[in-house]
Amino acid sequence: MSLRLHRLTLSRFRSHPRVEAVFDGRPVVLHGANGAGKTNLLEAISLLSPGRGLRRAASEELGAQPADLGWKIEGEIARNGTLHELETGAAPGQSRVVRIDGKTSPQSGLGRLMPMLWLTPAMDRLWIEAAEGRRRFLDRLVLGFEPDHAEAAVGYEKAMRQRNKLLRDNVTDPRWYTALEARMAETGGVMTLNRQATLARLATAQSADSPFPQPELILADDTPADLAEALAESRGRDRQAGRTLVGPHRADLSALWAARGRPAAQCSTGEQKALLISTVLAHARALQAMVGHAPILLLDEVAAHLDDARRAALYDALCDLGAQAFLTGTGPELFTPLGNRAQTFRVSETAGDSQVTEEDLP
Amino acid sequence: MARAAGEIEALIALMARLPGLGPRSARRAVLHMLKKRGMVMEPLSQALARVAQTARDCRVCGNISDEEICPICADEKRATGTLCVVEDVSDLWALERAGGFKGRYHVLGGTLSALESIGPENLRIPQLVERIKAENLREVILALNATVEGQTTAHYIAETLAPTGVSVSALARGLPMGGELDYLDDGTIAAAMAARRAL
Ligand SMILES: Nc1ncnc2c1ncn2[C@@H]1O[C@H](COP(=O)(O)OP(=O)(O)O)[C@@H](O)[C@H]1O
Ligand SMILES: [Mg+2]
Ligand SMILES: [Zn+2]
Repeated sequence: MSLRLHRLTLSRFRSHPRVEAVFDGRPVVLHGANGAGKTNLLEAISLLSPGRGLRRAASEELGAQPADLGWKIEGEIARNGTLHELETGAAPGQSRVVRIDGKTSPQSGLGRLMPMLWLTPAMDRLWIEAAEGRRRFLDRLVLGFEPDHAEAAVGYEKAMRQRNKLLRDNVTDPRWYTALEARMAETGGVMTLNRQATLARLATAQSADSPFPQPELILADDTPADLAEALAESRGRDRQAGRTLVGPHRADLSALWAARGRPAAQCSTGEQKALLISTVLAHARALQAMVGHAPILLLDEVAAHLDDARRAALYDALCDLGAQAFLTGTGPELFTPLGNRAQTFRVSETAGDSQVTEEDLP
Repeated sequence: MARAAGEIEALIALMARLPGLGPRSARRAVLHMLKKRGMVMEPLSQALARVAQTARDCRVCGNISDEEICPICADEKRATGTLCVVEDVSDLWALERAGGFKGRYHVLGGTLSALESIGPENLRIPQLVERIKAENLREVILALNATVEGQTTAHYIAETLAPTGVSVSALARGLPMGGELDYLDDGTIAAAMAARRAL
């Protein structure tokens, strides 16, 4: 059982006029100078999963500038022996479309075929910044296990936006509220269950002998069991606030460094990063146990901030998991311990155009 | 000459705004008509002019036909006591194409949307309530799309109709989430109709 991105083709995507890369299933190292186009490449892969990718960029930003000629990302994946063709892109001035095996599909279909998780430098402050970022990280963890999570979250969001508009417009028709609150309770209930189940799976997939600190992940969610009733009761308060004050959209993810009993937000920057890495590894182990393969991992500039022992431990863990991880860094020396266990590409840039070249290791 | 080209361009621009057509297919369609002005373009333009004059929204159900009362509402055999509520005329036509439903329809003309300022009074819901009594209806089937908007509207209507005592059912789940009736094949529609559930 395995999951791998087998072939990636980019057309006019950000700094990449054209990329055609074939990956053999080993972890992939992408090294190159600052601004060479490494993160752009990871972002392209991240757009083969539901959502707006690892930069949360709008579709208009993604085409190679200055000319707006549209952009396209094509990926061929092999999952448990079956090939699928994933494609996403936008024609000039048009919205983004997703095709799976040649057929236009909702984005949620991507999550079903290719679970994916990423860590980026922007997430270094995840534990101390606003809850929104943690919720998004949590929901991406969930998505790996529960592909229906995206639909529930989108449905919840839609119904809540409608309800918030009713609140602001001072609409009082109780039936209209009840109808929206019923949708919110239905989809919100699914969201909460999925999140709880995910944290339980992660807890059992922690590895005691890892050199990374093990996090205890806690869902801070005061959503009442009967959300429909709570929403009905909260209408007056919500109208004052102009928005919905109860529900899973207010949940938060918190973490403790279990061995020390210390909240993640009080750990050093390096420890915070290590907690994120061990969460990602636990997720990969849990998914491996559940469906037989780890997710695709996009680890942007992760190696640079680890000491030698942890870097080697990360590489060993990725290889043990058989996970196809895409790792970026400014120089190839960061990846020496991987040796031939990884496939190596150099990313370079001339006159604003990025180029990706495979390198043979001696 | 330049003026004629301008008129043709304007026609292409109008055609390109139709659903299912883009700039390229509109250009192809117009060129085809221009080459066959007598065989294609003349009859088409006469038909368009005629239908633009005669087409009416049915006073009872909201269907579009040549009459004030559409053929379905005019047909006594369709007074079965069962009414099927749909979002759009396209859904009504899709259900008719699939066959199998013998009763009459009620077209809402959209779904509830606070964000787009579409409230119950914009959706012919008051007319629906009146029809329950006026037509002595026993069952209302809500054939709304499986979208958040469709399901919210279904819930709203079910609650609004509760005091009338009419039995309310919904199309069976199994319609794909976000799927619109109009795009489903006829077999799927018929199966969903047969497996409807009470609300
Ligand atoms: N839409 C775009 N069109 C062309 N170039 C872009 C676009 N978006 C970003 N870039 C360029 O891509 C380069 C950054 O690439 P990035 O992948 O972030 O570099 P790094 O290798 O450091 O991760 C920058 O020089 C940026 O100006
Ligand atoms: Mg970068
Ligand atoms: Zn009618």
